Amino acid sequence: MQLIRPDINIDFIGKRKIALAISALMILISLGMLAAKGLNFGIDFTGGTLVEVKFDKAPTIADVRNSISPKGFGNAVIQEFGSPEEILIRVQNKDGEKSSTISTAILDGLSEKFTADAVEMRRVEFVGPQVGEELTQAGIMAVLIAMLAILVYITFRFEFRFALGADAALLHDITIILGLFAITGKEFTLPVIAALLTVIGYSLNDTIVVFDRIRENFAANRKRKTPADEISVVNGSINQTLGRTLMTSVTTLLVVAALFFLGGEVIHDFAFALIAGILVGTYSSIYVASPVMMALAGRFKSDEDEIKAMEARP
Amino acid sequence: MHSFPRWKIWLILSVLTISLMASLPNVTSVPSWWPASLSNPMSLGLDLKGGIHLVLDVDVDKAVSHSVEEDIDSARQTLRKAKIRYRNLVTDGNSLVITIKNSGDTEAARSLLEETFNNYTMMPAADNTFKLTLKESIAEETRKFAVDQAIEVIRGRIDALGTTEPVIIKQGKHRILVQIPGYEDTAHAKQLIGRTAQLEFKLVDEKGDLDKAMSGSLPPGDIIMYGPEQTRNGQSYRQPYLLKKRTLLSGTEIADARVSIDSRFNEYAVTLKFNSKGARKFDKLTAAHVGERFAIILEGVVNSAPVIRERIAGGSAQITGSFSPAEAHDLAIILRAGALPAPVKVVEERSIGPSLGQDSIDQGMNSIVVGCILVLIFMAVYYRMFGMVANIALIFNMLLILAAMSIIGGTLTLPGIAGIVLTIGMAVDANVLIFERIREELNLGKTPLAAIDGGYDKAFSTIVDANITTLIAAIVLFQFGSGPVKGFAVTLSVGILASMFTAITVTRAIVATSTAKIGRVEKLSI
Repeated sequence: MQLIRPDINIDFIGKRKIALAISALMILISLGMLAAKGLNFGIDFTGGTLVEVKFDKAPTIADVRNSISPKGFGNAVIQEFGSPEEILIRVQNKDGEKSSTISTAILDGLSEKFTADAVEMRRVEFVGPQVGEELTQAGIMAVLIAMLAILVYITFRFEFRFALGADAALLHDITIILGLFAITGKEFTLPVIAALLTVIGYSLNDTIVVFDRIRENFAANRKRKTPADEISVVNGSINQTLGRTLMTSVTTLLVVAALFFLGGEVIHDFAFALIAGILVGTYSSIYVASPVMMALAGRFKSDEDEIKAMEARP
Repeated sequence: MHSFPRWKIWLILSVLTISLMASLPNVTSVPSWWPASLSNPMSLGLDLKGGIHLVLDVDVDKAVSHSVEEDIDSARQTLRKAKIRYRNLVTDGNSLVITIKNSGDTEAARSLLEETFNNYTMMPAADNTFKLTLKESIAEETRKFAVDQAIEVIRGRIDALGTTEPVIIKQGKHRILVQIPGYEDTAHAKQLIGRTAQLEFKLVDEKGDLDKAMSGSLPPGDIIMYGPEQTRNGQSYRQPYLLKKRTLLSGTEIADARVSIDSRFNEYAVTLKFNSKGARKFDKLTAAHVGERFAIILEGVVNSAPVIRERIAGGSAQITGSFSPAEAHDLAIILRAGALPAPVKVVEERSIGPSLGQDSIDQGMNSIVVGCILVLIFMAVYYRMFGMVANIALIFNMLLILAAMSIIGGTLTLPGIAGIVLTIGMAVDANVLIFERIREELNLGKTPLAAIDGGYDKAFSTIVDANITTLIAAIVLFQFGSGPVKGFAVTLSVGILASMFTAITVTRAIVATSTAKIGRVEKLSI
């Protein structure tokens, strides 16, 4: 079976202005939403307490709130988690309070009202304010360092402008995923950072495959003198790898969809970030990485030298 | 087609054998002759088996200031013994500030203090005053020692819970990671770990006037401390005590602590047994102060202040205080394990109930199985025979991940399962690259066997480049991630490495051996 015909020749690069407009629009919307609404940071970053409980029969949110109000947590965020029986309660840290005991107080309040047998502790997470700050810093550092390391690796293996093209695609992907989290209001947690880094790896994987083919074809057509030559080589390379790009996206999407629908509530948002990342990453490796790389042609000394050297060849 | 090297086939077969052997302990128990390095099953993370995960912060600066305060006591005694009179003797952060009364004694005091307190740097100030500041290296050592000691103490307390395989390790400079698998009562665990269990014995100042002291004129060398909160006539109140500041005995001199029943009131109590040094001190103390009261102070609260009726030579004492059986039991545990050298605070907690852990395992396994089946079907439909070869490699890959995780003693977490699921999708990528390349070569008019060679050779560098970049992201994730995220980084890295082996070498071997017998291949099933 073959879905992508071997002689396929879609003019991806010719449409790069349209693609650029779409990407710019998506990035603007994302940045706008991030500025206006911001991310719904989970307790990993804000600090606070999260208690997940399972009731033997579905309670009303109001009853749950009433049971913890006497303990001083009437303003907690209370929501269903996966099923009506499962309830998630979130409380911010308060200054000067021994915060690690909040979960105990909440569980006590619940079992007083609903009896101890009717409530089951599923999960307790508490992150102190200092740890929250450290995790935020570590998260930002991780993304930056991953991007830098990749920049170095690609510069070493390819050329500097290829590396910038790849990083442009990564920034594009990350911004749009963050924008999606701002728009949907989904909780931004530590596992989501892990998903972001995976998307970085994945999107890059895609980009590298295309770049690798471009490099191979550049080597085969040494005398690419005009920009039009370069465009046709790049466009050809994207088309040649298109079958693989789409196939891998499909197999990866299949398994991530399995994770999204079957993996359970705890990693739901993580799987969501992966799905979004695979879709955006596939798009960016075609429409962002190569056009940016081409736009940077001749900007760096090394490839001017290279072109001159090529032209000097017989 | 150039011939496939023999040794590679042997390599593949040995990897397969070792993988099977290393995976077996995850399924069933292995016989005793099984190689030790292959006998360990993969361990499940706390988020899968349930349990308590705490990160504690040790207030190490308290340990330093505590040791400075102890030194002020010994400074007092040293000066007194040398008959040098002082006007002022206080602590100031990590420093001791000592003012000598007569200028004539200054020189003697200087040499004496310099000799006694060689852990401090001495700075003479004006007006017969010395300022001794604790050396930073000593303070650092005290901090480090406080954390190490806290780990020992907490280990002792957790062991008393009777759970299996708790993890108590240092994290960073002054944090301690505590994991108690399979334990659910987070409140109890936090309470037991968090108590300082600082036990002190001080004499009650029987001559001092408590009322006067309460209104401001505290006799020198005395301190006011309070009893536990009580309710009397509907009002809560705490009994004040006027005590001598000096601590005569402390929890460090306890050899054992047991729950007992107090015979007079038929209440739960804790009986302490001092070690030989403590017993000697206790003997001397009780002999010298018959008829006086003697306060037992637990964590800064006066527990009781019984009258010393006679000299007590046996070296044991009893703490009472209308305890419930559980309270008495906990108190005995923490006194036996010893006091924390500095207060600890829970700064992070991630505890998972057992039912959520089981649900996560079930759901994770479902995702793996369903994801795997979808990919297997898809590959078989799209690439036919070559798809089947890739599928064999994928199953080999799963086996290899399981084996590698078991051998390196990796911990499987929920995000780790997600990493495996993701690897399934990405593992076939290498084969997709190769197969697409083979199709291209065929379209260029090459013979089937040449197309296979070309496909593998040309795809190789792409596969390496693409996988190394993903590996970089995974390694960064491992370095910066905490707990569960690390588990994801581990399975992802192991999965990437395993997939490079299975997707390139294993599929090539299968393709090469199955085409070797046939002299001429007319058409590829791809």
